[in-house]
Amino acid sequence: MAETTTRAKLRWGLLDVIVVVFALVPVLWIASLSFKTPATITDGRFWPREWTLENYKTIFATDQFVRALVNSIGIALIATLIAVVLGAMAAYAISRLDFPGKKLLVGVSLLIAMFPQVSLVSPLFEIERQLGLFDTWPGLILPYITFALPLAIYTLSAFFKQIPWDLEKAAKMDGATQGQAFRRVIAPLAAPGLFTTAILVFIFCWNDFLFAITLTSTERARTVPVALSFFTGESQFEDPTGAICAAAVVITVPIILFVLFFQRRIVSGLTSGAVKG
Amino acid sequence: MADIVLDKVSKRFPDGTVAVQDIDLEIADGEFVILVGPSGCGKSTTLNMIAGLEDISDGELRIGGQRVNDKAPRDRDIAMVFQSYALYPNMTVRENMAFPLKLAKLDKETINSKVEEAAKVLELTPLLDRRPANLSGGQRQRVAMGRAIVRQPKAFLMDEPLSNLDAKLRVQMRTVVSRLQKQLGTTTVYVTHDQTEAMTLGDRVVIMRGGAIQQVGPPQELYEHPRNLFVAGFIGSPSMNFLHAAVDDGKLRTAIGDVPIGERIRRELTANDAPRELILGIRPEHFEDAELVDDETRRRGLEFSAPVDIVESMGSDKYVYFTVEGERASAAELEELAADAGADFSGGGASLVTRLSAESAVREGEDRRVWFNLEKIHLFDPSTGRNLTLHEGRSSGALAD
Repeated sequence: MAETTTRAKLRWGLLDVIVVVFALVPVLWIASLSFKTPATITDGRFWPREWTLENYKTIFATDQFVRALVNSIGIALIATLIAVVLGAMAAYAISRLDFPGKKLLVGVSLLIAMFPQVSLVSPLFEIERQLGLFDTWPGLILPYITFALPLAIYTLSAFFKQIPWDLEKAAKMDGATQGQAFRRVIAPLAAPGLFTTAILVFIFCWNDFLFAITLTSTERARTVPVALSFFTGESQFEDPTGAICAAAVVITVPIILFVLFFQRRIVSGLTSGAVKG
Repeated sequence: MADIVLDKVSKRFPDGTVAVQDIDLEIADGEFVILVGPSGCGKSTTLNMIAGLEDISDGELRIGGQRVNDKAPRDRDIAMVFQSYALYPNMTVRENMAFPLKLAKLDKETINSKVEEAAKVLELTPLLDRRPANLSGGQRQRVAMGRAIVRQPKAFLMDEPLSNLDAKLRVQMRTVVSRLQKQLGTTTVYVTHDQTEAMTLGDRVVIMRGGAIQQVGPPQELYEHPRNLFVAGFIGSPSMNFLHAAVDDGKLRTAIGDVPIGERIRRELTANDAPRELILGIRPEHFEDAELVDDETRRRGLEFSAPVDIVESMGSDKYVYFTVEGERASAAELEELAADAGADFSGGGASLVTRLSAESAVREGEDRRVWFNLEKIHLFDPSTGRNLTLHEGRSSGALAD
C-alpha cells in the first residue's frame, strides 16, 4: 500500500513538473531575454551571460509605454468594476426571481459571448467614429463590458444559486431592506464568486488586442498589447526585441499581482454552517 | 407583544393553485399557537404570510390591531426561526445575534448587553465568538432562537425549528422552547408536521388540511373531541383505529362485533341522506384485556375475541396488534393520512392497535378476548368526514341519547 502511494506520488509529481515546465519556459525565456544586452540576445542561452537593465530603462524612458500602461490599467479596472457590479445585479435577479423570458435572457447573453469578435470590429469602428468614441477610454470600456458581462453573469449566477435563500429571508425578518440583505448578507457570501469573476474579466480586458488596435489610433487610449506592437528600435534597422521582452514582463506583473491579491480572498466553503446541510 | 388576527386570509399563487383558503384565526397576546398538518396543507404558507415573506392574496392580517398586509417584514416587528436555522456563516455567533439590533441602529453598549443576556438564557455564552460552521446542530438551533429573542419582537414565528435535530435533542429542545415562551410571554406561532410537538407545546393547536383549518383548540380537546375524521386520524400516536361499520337494524355491524347506538345517533341516521355505512373510530387506549376489567367497567363496553398479531411491550403498557376480519374503512381523509405517514396499506383484513395494561398476559399467536369502551367510540360519515358523535363540541360515544 505504502509503496504504491509513494510511486503514485512520484508519478503525479513528475507529471506536475512537466506541465509547469511546459507552461513556464516561454515566460522565463522572455524574462531572460529582457535582461540580455543587444549583443547577446541571439546567443540562444537560457541564462544571460551579461545582465543588463538597459531594456527596462528604455521602455520607461519613452512616454509611449508609460501612457499605454496607464491606459491599460485604467480601462481594465473601470471595465472590470462596471461589469462585475452590473453582472452581480443581473445574476442575483436571475438566480432569485422567476420572471418571464429569463431563459431567453441568459441564452442571448451567452450568444453575445460566443459571437466572433472579428466580425464586430468593422461596424464598431464605424459606430464609434460617428459617436466620437473612437480613440477614447469609453470607446474601449464599452465593448469590453459588453463581452465581459455574459461571462460575469454566468459565473456569478452559479455562485448566487449556492447561497441558501433562507438567509435572505432571515435578513429581511431581522429588519434588513432588500438592499441591506444583499450588501450585508448575500454579497459577503458571494465574495469568492465576485473575486473570481473580477479576475476573469480583468484578464480578458488586459489581454485584448483586437479591439484595442482597431478602436484606437493614438496614445490617448492605446493599451499596452497594442503599444507593444508599435515598438520600434532607435533606428529602423534595429530590432527592439529586448525592449519588447521587458515590456512583456512588465505587463505580466499586474496580472500576477491581481491574481495573488484576490486569490487569498477566494476561500471555498465560506457558506458552510449557514444551514443544516 | 401583540395579538395576531387572520381575517379570511387566502393565498393564491400566480399559476392558480390555492395554497390557503379563507383562514380565520385569532391568536391572543402571549398565546402559543401551533399550526400542524401534513405537507402541503398550507401551514408554512400561512406562517410566511404572517411574516410578510409571502403576499396575502385576499383577506386581512392584523398584528396588534394594525392592518399589516402591505407592510414589509422589517416593519412588522416579528422574528422568525427557520427550519434551516439560516445563520449568517460569515458572522460569529455574537454578530449573528447582534445583526437585527445593528439594523435597528441601537448603540453598541445596548447591543452588547442584549446579546449577552440572550446568550445567557440559551447557554450560548462560551460560544459567542465561534462561527456557525463550528457549532453542532443543537447549538446552531439555539443561536437561531437567540437571534429571534434578542430584539424582543411583538411575536415569534417558528417554521419547524426542531425538525433537523435528532430525536433525543428534539425532545430536549421542545422543553427549552416551551420554557422560553412561558418566560418571555411572547405571542408565538409555531409550524410543525409532528403531531407530538403540536400536542406537547401549544396552548392551542390549529389543524390544517388542503389550505383550510380543520379544527382549532387546546391539544386535549382535539384529542378527545375531534370534529372530523382527519383530525381524529392526525392527532394521537399510535393513531386511532378506524373500522368499517354498516348500519343495520339499529346496530352497527363491525369487525369487532355489533355495536349498539343511542337515541341521538339513531336520529341522525334516520334522515333521508343519512349514510348507510359509517366509520367507527376508537383509540388504542380504550381497549383493555378482558381479564383485567372489573364488572362495573365491563358494563360500559363490549368484548370481542381476535388473534394476536404482534405484542410490543413498552414497560408501562403493551401495544398489542390484532388482526380482524372484515371490510377496511375507506375515506379520502384516511388515504391522505396514510400517504403522509408514508404507509402503504397491506392487504388482507384490518389491523387493530390496542394499548393494554402491562399486567396483561397476552402472547403473540393466541386468540385473546378484548374489551373496549363504548363511551369513547367515534362515528364518522365516510363521505363528509364529519364526527357524528360530536354534540355541541363534545364527543360522547355511540350510546349517547
